[in-house]
Amino acid sequence: MGILATALKKFHGGVHPKEYKELSRHCAIEELPMPKRLYVPMHQHIGAPSDPCVEPGTQVFKGQLIGEPNGFVSAPVHAPTSGTIQGIEEHVSGHPSGLTMPCAVLIPDGNDQWHPELKGLEDPYNADPQAIRDKVRESGVVGLGGATFPSFIKLSPPQGKVAELLIINGVECEPYLTCDARLMEEHSQEIIDGIRIMLQALQTKQCVIAIEDNKPGAIQAMRRAAQETKNVQVVSLPVMYPQGAEKQLIEVLIHRQVPSGCLPIDVGVIVHNVATALAVREAVLFGHPLVHRVVTVTGLGIARPANLNVPVGTPAQDLIDHCGGLKNGVKKVVMGGPMMGVALGDLQAPVVKGTSGLLAMLARETVQEPEQPCIRCGNCLQACPVQLTPCEMAWRAKHDLIDQLDAVHLMDCIECGSCAYVCPSHIPLVHYFRYGKLAMAAKKHDKDKAELTRQRNQAKQARAEAEKAEKERKKEEMRLASEARKKAAAASQAGESAPAKPVPTSKPAAEESAP
Amino acid sequence: MSSTTLLTPSSPHVHGGLSIPVIMKTVIWALLPAAAMGVMVFGWSALFVMIITTLACVVTERLFNAVRHRASTLGDQSAALTGLLLAMPLPPNTPWWICVIGGGFAILMGKQLYGGLGYNMFNPALIARVFLLVSFPVQMTSWPAPAPLLSDKALSFAEGLATIISAPFNTPELLDALASATPLGQYRMEVSLGHTVREALGGSYGFDLFSAAGGMIKGSLGETSAILLLAGGIYLLRKRIITWHIPISMLAGTLLPAIIFWYTDPTKYPDPLFHLFTGGLIIGAFFMATDMVTSPVTPVGQIIFGLGCGLLTYLIRTWGGYPEGVSFAIVIMNAAVPLIDQYSRPVIYGKAKTHA
Repeated sequence: MGILATALKKFHGGVHPKEYKELSRHCAIEELPMPKRLYVPMHQHIGAPSDPCVEPGTQVFKGQLIGEPNGFVSAPVHAPTSGTIQGIEEHVSGHPSGLTMPCAVLIPDGNDQWHPELKGLEDPYNADPQAIRDKVRESGVVGLGGATFPSFIKLSPPQGKVAELLIINGVECEPYLTCDARLMEEHSQEIIDGIRIMLQALQTKQCVIAIEDNKPGAIQAMRRAAQETKNVQVVSLPVMYPQGAEKQLIEVLIHRQVPSGCLPIDVGVIVHNVATALAVREAVLFGHPLVHRVVTVTGLGIARPANLNVPVGTPAQDLIDHCGGLKNGVKKVVMGGPMMGVALGDLQAPVVKGTSGLLAMLARETVQEPEQPCIRCGNCLQACPVQLTPCEMAWRAKHDLIDQLDAVHLMDCIECGSCAYVCPSHIPLVHYFRYGKLAMAAKKHDKDKAELTRQRNQAKQARAEAEKAEKERKKEEMRLASEARKKAAAASQAGESAPAKPVPTSKPAAEESAP
Repeated sequence: MSSTTLLTPSSPHVHGGLSIPVIMKTVIWALLPAAAMGVMVFGWSALFVMIITTLACVVTERLFNAVRHRASTLGDQSAALTGLLLAMPLPPNTPWWICVIGGGFAILMGKQLYGGLGYNMFNPALIARVFLLVSFPVQMTSWPAPAPLLSDKALSFAEGLATIISAPFNTPELLDALASATPLGQYRMEVSLGHTVREALGGSYGFDLFSAAGGMIKGSLGETSAILLLAGGIYLLRKRIITWHIPISMLAGTLLPAIIFWYTDPTKYPDPLFHLFTGGLIIGAFFMATDMVTSPVTPVGQIIFGLGCGLLTYLIRTWGGYPEGVSFAIVIMNAAVPLIDQYSRPVIYGKAKTHA
C-alpha cells in the first residue's frame, strides 16, 4: 500500500466558510476572446524575476520566449499569443497597493499562432526524467495552485531522497473557485496523461488524486479516467478549509507531518496541483509553454459567473467585461480566492500564472467591521491548522515586539486566514502576520549587514596588521643582508683565507594574507 | 463602477460572522432561565437586584467612555453581561446601594482601569463580588428563605421593591429577621461544632438534593438553580461559545477531592453531589471561569486553570475562612493566567518529536 494511509486523518483546526461554488460550478470552461492588449509580467512565480529578452517592435509567435529565467529558482516567460511587442513597461500588478512591475506589452495579431519550432518529447511516458524536467523548465510551468513555485524543481527529488507518493491536489478548498473542478470534469484524461509524465520524471510508482467531496462531478470524472492506470487512485475528502494547503493535505493522507523547515520530499511525497499536471502534459507532449490558464470569474457582484480560459497578461477588466460587468454595490474585487486572494485596487492588473479567480464581492459577502480588542476567546487557536497561537502572534506584531515573534513561530504561519475568519473582534490577524514577517526579515537583513560590516572591518584590520608585519620582516631581512654584506666585506679585507658565510636570503615566507 | 471605490484590505475577505455582541448576548440568554428561576423562587426583589446591578454597570461604562473621550462601548454588551453575572451570586434582597457600588466597582476597577474590555486581569463580576463580600460581610451573607412568587410567603411587587430600596445603610434588622444559613454555611458551622454532616443538613435544616438541584434552597438569587445553570452551560457548549475544557476540569477539580474525602469519612465530609448542587460551583464552572478575557487561550492551559479553580474551591469550602470559595478560587486562578498561557502553548505542526 505504500505510505498512503488507509484512512483519512483530520488536520487540526480549519474552518468551513460558505462555499458559493454553485455560482460557477456548472459553467463549462469557455475561451475568452483575444484581448486587445496583454500585459505580461516578468515576475509571475516564486523566485527571481525574469529578464525581458525582446525589443519593442518584435514580432513574436505564441509560446516564444520573451523573459529569460534569472537563476535556479525562476521561470521563463513566454508570449501568450502571436503579435507585436509594443514595449517593456511598468504596469499595475495584482498587489493591493497598486504596485507596478515590468510587463511586456503585447498587441495580439489575432492569428494566435504557435511558434513553429515548438515540439514535445517522443515517447513522453518513458522519456528520460531529466529530459522531462528540462521541458517543464523551458516551458515556464509553475505550481498553479497559487504558490507558483517552479514545477521542475518539484519534479527533481534531491539526491538520496525518494518520492514514494505523488499527491495531485484537486482539493480546491478556497470558497467560490471552481476552475480546478471544471478542469477535472472536462479534461480528466489529459490530467491523467500529465500525472503519468510526472510519475516518470519522479520515478514514483504511486499517485493519489485528492478531491473534496463537494465536487462529485470531478471525482466521478477522475475515477473514470484513472481506471486504466492502476497506480493512480482518487480519494474523496470531507470539505474543510485549508485542506488544499500542501502540508495539511499531506497530514490528511499519510498521517505524517512535514517537519518544520523541511519539504514534503523529506517525508517521501511530492504535491502538485491538477492544473499543473495539465500544464506539464502540454509542455512535454507538444512543447507548449504555460501561457494561459483557467480563471473562475464569480461572486454575487458579477453579472454572469464563468470559468474562462484566459491568456496570461489579460487585464482583470477584460474578464469582468466578458462576464457582463460588475453589478452595483460591488465593494471588492479579489484576485484569487476569498481566504487568501488579493483585493485589487486597479482592475487593469493582469491575470498571471497563479491567478485562480476573480471575485466581485458585494458588501454582504465581505468583512467590513472595525477592529475590536482581542477578548482572548481562543477561537483562533482552535481554527489554526498549524496549531499556532494567532492572538499572541498578532499582539506581538502589532506592538512591534519583533524579537518575540520567533518564539511564537510566526514563520510557520501559512497565512490561510482561518484565524481571522473566526475572530469575533474582527482583528486583521493575517495582516499583522505579514507585517511581522516583513519586520523580521528587515531586522535580519540589518543584522546580517551589521555582521558583514563587522567581518569586513576585522578582515581589513587583519590585513593591515599582516602588511605591517610583512614590512617589518622585509626591513629586518634587508638589515640582516646589509650587515652580512658588511661583515663579508670586512672579512675579505681582513684576509682572503676565511671563507665567506652564506647570506641568509631564503627565509620561509611569512604567512601571506592577501584576500 | 470606478476603481477608486474598491476596498483593498488584507485577506481573508470573508468572515464567519461571530462578533463580541453575539457572544455576550448568547451568554446572557444562557443565564436568563436561571435568573428567571431566581425571581420565581425569591420574589420580585431578586428582579430589582438584577436590574440595579445591570444599570449600574452600563451607566458606569458609559460615564467612563465619556471621561476618556471614547466612543461608547455599550454596543459590545459586555457591561450588561457583567451586571447580570454580578447579580447572580448576590442575596436576593441585597440593598440597592450595595448593588450600585458592586456594579460601579466591577466596571471601573475591574475592567476600565485596566484599559477596557480585553485587558482586564480579573473577571469584573467576580472581583466586584469579592470586594462586596469583604466590605459588607453581613449583608452579603444574609440569605432569605425561598418565597416563591405565587406562594403565600411571596412579597408583593411593591414590597419587593421596598426591601431593596429602603434597606438601611447600617446593619439591617430586616435582613436579620430573614437571615438563615445556606447549605454550605450550615454544613461548615455545624461540622465545626462537632456535628456530623447528616446532623448538620438533616433534621430541622431539612436539606434535600432535589430542592438544591432545582433551586428551592436558601442562597443567592441566581446560583441556586443548578439544573437551569447546567442547561445554560450546555447551551453555551452547543453554541461553541465555550469549550468543555474549563467547566469539566473545574468540576473535576472540586468533585475528585470531594469523592476522596467523602469516601474516607462521610460523617465529616459531605458527598460530591452536595458540592455539585449547592453554592456557585456550576455557575462558576460554566459562566465565571469561562470568561474569555480572564482565562487561558490554550486547551492545556484551560484544563490546568479549571483544575486549579476546582481544587481551590474545594479547599476553601472545606478548610477556608468562608463557606463558599468559587469566587476566590477563580479570582486567584485569573492571576495565574498569563503564566499558564506562557507554558502551555500547543506543539505546532511539524515540531512534534515523533515526526522529526
